[in-house]
Amino acid sequence: MSQTATISSAGPDEKPKSDSRVEPRGPRPKPFFTPRKIVIYSILIFACLYFLFPLYVMLTTSLKTMPEIRWGNIFAPPIEPTGEAWVKAWTSACTGLTCQGLNPGFWNSVKITVPSTIVSIFIAAVNGYALVNWRFKGSEIFFTILIFGSFIPYQVMLYPLVMITRELGIFGSLWAVILVHSIFGMPILTLLFRNYFAALPVELFKAARVDGAGFWRIFFEIMLPMSLPIFVVAIILQVTGIWNDFLFGVVFAGTQNYPMTVQLNNIVNSAQGSPEYNVNMAATILTGLVPLIIYFVSGRLFVRGIAAGAVKG
Amino acid sequence: MQHSVSIRDLSLNFGQVKVLEHLNLDISQGEFIVLLGPSGCGKSTLLNCVAGLLDVSDGQIFINGRNVTWEQPKDRGIGMVFQSYALYPQMTVERNLSFGLRVAGMKKDEIEQRVKRASEILQIEPLLQRKPVELSGGQRQRVAIGRALVRDVDVFLFDEPLSNLDAKLRSDLRVEIKRLHQRLKNTMIYVTHDQIEALTLADRIAIMKNGVIQQLADPHTIYNKPINLYVAGFIGSPTMNFLDGEVIGGAEPVFKTNDGSLIPLKTYEFETAPAASGSKAVLGVRPEHITVGEAAKAVPYSTEVEIELVEPMGSDTLAYTTVAGQMVTFRAESDIDLKSGQKVLIGFDPGRGSIFDTATSNRI
Repeated sequence: MSQTATISSAGPDEKPKSDSRVEPRGPRPKPFFTPRKIVIYSILIFACLYFLFPLYVMLTTSLKTMPEIRWGNIFAPPIEPTGEAWVKAWTSACTGLTCQGLNPGFWNSVKITVPSTIVSIFIAAVNGYALVNWRFKGSEIFFTILIFGSFIPYQVMLYPLVMITRELGIFGSLWAVILVHSIFGMPILTLLFRNYFAALPVELFKAARVDGAGFWRIFFEIMLPMSLPIFVVAIILQVTGIWNDFLFGVVFAGTQNYPMTVQLNNIVNSAQGSPEYNVNMAATILTGLVPLIIYFVSGRLFVRGIAAGAVKG
Repeated sequence: MQHSVSIRDLSLNFGQVKVLEHLNLDISQGEFIVLLGPSGCGKSTLLNCVAGLLDVSDGQIFINGRNVTWEQPKDRGIGMVFQSYALYPQMTVERNLSFGLRVAGMKKDEIEQRVKRASEILQIEPLLQRKPVELSGGQRQRVAIGRALVRDVDVFLFDEPLSNLDAKLRSDLRVEIKRLHQRLKNTMIYVTHDQIEALTLADRIAIMKNGVIQQLADPHTIYNKPINLYVAGFIGSPTMNFLDGEVIGGAEPVFKTNDGSLIPLKTYEFETAPAASGSKAVLGVRPEHITVGEAAKAVPYSTEVEIELVEPMGSDTLAYTTVAGQMVTFRAESDIDLKSGQKVLIGFDPGRGSIFDTATSNRI
């Protein structure tokens, strides 16, 4: 066989020269160790470690006893793992004047998050639906104003809102926090729903109108069943956003109703004796647990294409 | 006589854009009307106005003698079938069919009866418990038609119902729609940009351009006596051949092409007698009205041409050539052997053609 690389002389019985001397056939081989992949994976692994290491330190520290922490070896795994710090964080850590742990704060957060999420998402869904399908005079202007609202910094509105809630007589109660969260969720959620409904085929809406369905009937029977993916997105946004909120909780809720984030701050920053790092770590993880669970549970729902097959073949 | 649908002086503007202008259309009971035109000509808009999905800017719409201009879609006695089927994805076929009836608060056994009847007519009984995702395109469109059927309406509106289907299914379903019309004898308004659908289905075709109906006539007239150049060029595939020239009136009117050859127009029926002094005009001849070979000697005008290109279509053959410096297509029987470069005699009867005034582009 010829060792020259000229193609012109290649006869029918002469195979093209390649490194492996294999005639190409079937799927192209995909070597794993290419420079490209090595670079990509090393960056990914480094990023993983960068984000996971603090979590590791928190977890191990929360399982240690205070004497063990004082040895100062923060990367070492706990010698005698104990759940004491977790129990204390939940039931008896001091948050300011009371020492009941995070437990009441958790329930306050639930009482704030659940109604705020439901109210804001429901109103935003109706808003988005009306803005897309029931255009009224000035609906575009209304939408622009609404979107503009999402660019105004919270600080600007804080004091007016304090005055408004005070006038309404709900300042310092759960109602005030729920109201504020519902209002602030509106711009971004409305945008979200509007864009989602705008992407649904308008003919579905027309067909429903010919069938005689009205505003609410079309909303509940046609639009809502097709909107699961966007509801999941909205729920993730709202639950994590409201759960993690500190500012509105500390301003509007009143001392009896502080959400978990505020109480966590009080535990960590309380200046009684030496700081209990293990309790602080446990409390922090407990506080972050809800958003974490939300992400894990709802991630799969993202993928489902609910509207698939509604139109075209 | 009372019209089933009557559109009077209808106008629709989107801001400054005038989509429909002073449009009038009367449709008789049981008539199959096709609105035909290119995209953006306002045909779908007109249909949406009739359905009540768009508010009109001016004018009135009557359905069965009742002024429905301000009525909700559901109160107009219409059923509508959409291009994208618009089936409710989360409902089974049965629920899709019965949705309108359930909204209207009809009794359960009545709903059941109507769904049963509609699904029998459309042969979708085995599909009743399926979701739209599990149906093929043709089945989906049948369900969409069924949704209009169960409501027992007077007027059916079709908005390009076959455009999303492949060619084979399209012709099958076309026949089915025609059969459905013969059986139900409802008034049907059908929007399409497909001229074959229009010619095969319609009792009358309304050809639209820029929001104005150009010609409203039965398919035969539309095809043979197009009212202007636009209609002549829009209908027919391949398109009509156009020869520029001059019409010279008198006792024996002739058409003088640009290169001076004379085509006798004795057989042509003029709408208005042409001036003897001659006026600029366009002579239109359909490719299928041109005869080839010996037969060409029998018609009033014949000429020898050289074939430039041949397209065998199976059932017949398309050939391209030049007459009087202008491209001409003609259709020949597939058993006539044609080759490019070959010289053949072709001829036509101007009486089957159309002559249009160049200035106004109207038929003369």
